[in-house]
Amino acid sequence: MTTPVVDVAHAVVAYGGRPVLSGVSMTVRPGEVVAILGANGSGKSTLVRAILRLVPLTAGEVRLFGTALPAFRSWRRIGYVPQRIGASSGVPATVREVVAAGRLARRGFGRLPHARDRHAVTDALAAVGLDDRADAPVSTLSGGQQQRTLIARALAGEPDLLVMDEPTAGVDAASQQAFADALSRFVAGGGTVLLVAHELGPLQPIINRAVVIHQGRVAHTGAVPEPAGYHAEPGHDHVHPHAPAETTTHGVWSM
Amino acid sequence: MGLFAYDFMTRAMLGALITGLAAPSIGIYLVQRRLSLIGDGIGHIALTGVGIGLLTGRDPVLTAVLVSAVGAVAVELIRERGRTSGDIALAMLFYGGISGGVVLVSLSSDHSSASLMSYLFGSPLTTSRVDLVVMAVLGAAVLAVALLLRPWLFAISQDEEFARVSGLPVRALNLLLAVTTSVTVTVAMRAVGLLLVSALMVVPVATAQQVTRGFRATMYLAMTLGMVAAIAGIGVSWQLNTAPGATIVLLAIAGFLVVTLAAAGWRAVRRGQVRRGSAAEPVEPPEVVLER
Repeated sequence: MTTPVVDVAHAVVAYGGRPVLSGVSMTVRPGEVVAILGANGSGKSTLVRAILRLVPLTAGEVRLFGTALPAFRSWRRIGYVPQRIGASSGVPATVREVVAAGRLARRGFGRLPHARDRHAVTDALAAVGLDDRADAPVSTLSGGQQQRTLIARALAGEPDLLVMDEPTAGVDAASQQAFADALSRFVAGGGTVLLVAHELGPLQPIINRAVVIHQGRVAHTGAVPEPAGYHAEPGHDHVHPHAPAETTTHGVWSM
Repeated sequence: MGLFAYDFMTRAMLGALITGLAAPSIGIYLVQRRLSLIGDGIGHIALTGVGIGLLTGRDPVLTAVLVSAVGAVAVELIRERGRTSGDIALAMLFYGGISGGVVLVSLSSDHSSASLMSYLFGSPLTTSRVDLVVMAVLGAAVLAVALLLRPWLFAISQDEEFARVSGLPVRALNLLLAVTTSVTVTVAMRAVGLLLVSALMVVPVATAQQVTRGFRATMYLAMTLGMVAAIAGIGVSWQLNTAPGATIVLLAIAGFLVVTLAAAGWRAVRRGQVRRGSAAEPVEPPEVVLER
């Protein structure tokens, strides 16, 4: 059996004593496209941030490409797409400048860019359909175009694994389609994808497997559940207690 | 009598040139991270270094570099924690720094208020040959970091979390940026003084970003504006017999106001033309049409 790209075992994360993840286990195998689904506040973003070492694990273990997180050094193999571009500080930056930052993982520290580095940035811009906006300031782009800039930034490092936090939240239909196309090409080229989503939209056809997080635990893993609500899913592993009164009782797809 | 007939005037001009180039080149990263006022705080801390230098008979520039570098590293470590109490810790550090400096200077043999004023508000006309060499070496170091490491410093300033996930040495780069900021403060101490350093790090960047589209362009334009303001400031202060450091800063701010108004005017004119020129601007079709 091949080594999983992402292997999470009994992960526990707590913020100031309040548990956000209480023993989550999941794996992503090479070539898979896995979606982490869940309502707002379910802990799905925290899970991704723990996998990327952006929040510390209270207990449990994360292995990336077979290496335990504290010893993992091959960060260049990972392309991270955050939820949104950092709040604008006023200093302008062009789309190409932002995307080029994603190439630094591959480029030696303190080294001048090779022709290969420039090509990788240009290719990444083309992959998300932003080649004509390369010299535009990022702040003048639409939300969807900014999201595509962040995907191009991740692709510029030629990663083996893309990790995306709500890549389609608030993105217009045209950008969502451009995004789904870029993702399909990445997977066809042998890439692996782990993404967090609130709703799948045009991504649905390329998702192999879904992991539904509810109140810090895995509530379902397997086929993408029907939007009717995962509580109605016959095969779903109902491990969590019923929602207390103050939390949402809707399915994952309702806003 | 010409401006450059005096050696001290040539040295003042060269010192201003170095300061005007170096301060915005590192200031742009601080502005990008919304830490525009950090340079000011480090200037406060540097005064303690000046006091130590005067008291022990060492070169105040050297002791100022050392003390402000230690202070800048402390500031960065506090920032990294990101706690609300960090705000108070910074206030303690900054006001402790300036008070410590004033007390130490008053204890030293050279305790005239003129000496204190020259460190707080600059005294470019008293730049010695040795001062100039020190400024040139430190200024070159600042420019080397700011220009050669631009892609990496841009990456950590633009999106620190992404830089971390990319495996960049984020902490080392943050500390390098902090130490370089403190070196910039001491370079600029002679020309504009510790209390006005931050202005030359921030104002040219604020002016440049009104008209530029990219980060690199903003950096080069800000460096040009900083240099022009510094040299013009020395010239104007010579003519009007005003304090040079403050004159440089006022000129930089005047430049900011002129560019801001001109840019706003230009945008208004452009908008007017677009409205008149293409009344039939294509309207995006609605995404959904609701029918009953």
